[in-house]
Amino acid sequence: MNPRRKKRLLITSLLVTGLAVSIALVLYALQQNIDLFYTPSEIIKGKNETGVKPEIGQRLRIGGMVVPNTVKRDPSNLKVSFDLIDNGGESVTVFFNGILPDLFREGQGIVAQGELINATQINAFEVLAKHDEEYMPPEVSDALKGLDHLKINSNK
Amino acid sequence: MWKCLHPYAKPEKSYQLAGKLLPWFIIFSAITFIVGTVWGLLFAPADYQQGDSFRIIYIHVPAAMMAMAAYSSMAMAAFVALVWQIRLAEITVIATAPVGAVFTFIALFTGAAWGKPMWGAWWVWDARLTSELILLFIYLGIIALYNAFSDKVLAGRAASILTLVGVINLPIIHYSVVWWNTLHQGATISKFEKPSMAIEMLWPLIIMIIAFAAFLGTLMLMRFRNEILARESHRPWVLRLIETDDAQRLQKDK
Repeated sequence: MNPRRKKRLLITSLLVTGLAVSIALVLYALQQNIDLFYTPSEIIKGKNETGVKPEIGQRLRIGGMVVPNTVKRDPSNLKVSFDLIDNGGESVTVFFNGILPDLFREGQGIVAQGELINATQINAFEVLAKHDEEYMPPEVSDALKGLDHLKINSNK
Repeated sequence: MWKCLHPYAKPEKSYQLAGKLLPWFIIFSAITFIVGTVWGLLFAPADYQQGDSFRIIYIHVPAAMMAMAAYSSMAMAAFVALVWQIRLAEITVIATAPVGAVFTFIALFTGAAWGKPMWGAWWVWDARLTSELILLFIYLGIIALYNAFSDKVLAGRAASILTLVGVINLPIIHYSVVWWNTLHQGATISKFEKPSMAIEMLWPLIIMIIAFAAFLGTLMLMRFRNEILARESHRPWVLRLIETDDAQRLQKDK
């Protein structure tokens, strides 16, 4: 390799590594802000890394699994409330007035956007269903029932 | 060991090699596309929670993978172009960019169409979706930058530098679902553990990925050839090529 090529190789490699390092630092600094949602434990105990708790009245997203047997529907209108839980074991109640997505059901992971009304309750104006990365035919899913494969990877 | 590659530094040789490879890529991608589409859409079983809607995965995942594959090959070519100053590598970068941009658009579009019925939203600003959108903008930026210069040597160098700068986005896209909380689910097949997909659904997906890869190769070869011809349009070998082509056409007409 002649000296000029060597110099270009050096400059190009430095460009790429320098950029990678700076972007990595930026992303590290923004870590908290890039998360799409809080988990129920993070709302109650504060973020894992910083311990920052959301304030009451703050608009936020929450992601967790719908706790079975907590979905309560108002028979006369679209109002619904349910509890969300994550691996941390804490649960938060979500109130919503609207149409839930098709995938919504007990045990399903969901992401809700709304306002924190007190430490453990959220008034949501949008509810999105989060599905996991597993794909299988219904027969296989039936065979696996009870093995608790419907997990949410919210607490990594 | 690199001696055997030396003749291909000449555009004429590379043009001929690409021409020889092209029909194989076309045939291979056509066969795998037909097999993969029919298998995936008709014979693969429906999903336990998403039903038949999950079948859009057979377009969405291969398109997203090839969008990233196209970018990584561009980045490698850009590196070669900058360090060794091989013009054909620059041509590869600029020939691949629009193809990659279209694959990225397909991935974003099918993702939105999939997200509406399943998640309940066309678009969510989560890390995976946003980084994929940035990939599209980087592609468009490369194309725009290249076309902004009338001096094609300078244009090629600028486009190569931008390509290398944008390569940082690739690991971010891939690991976005691991590093942050996202609405987008985690990786199904591109991980070290066993794929989280039933085997009878996985096979058509793998075939579709191969089909998209072959299709990407086909488009890259075609655009590579065109770009060489456009750049070398005044060289004697291109003029000779046009003459023989014209002569053949005249004979056919007679």
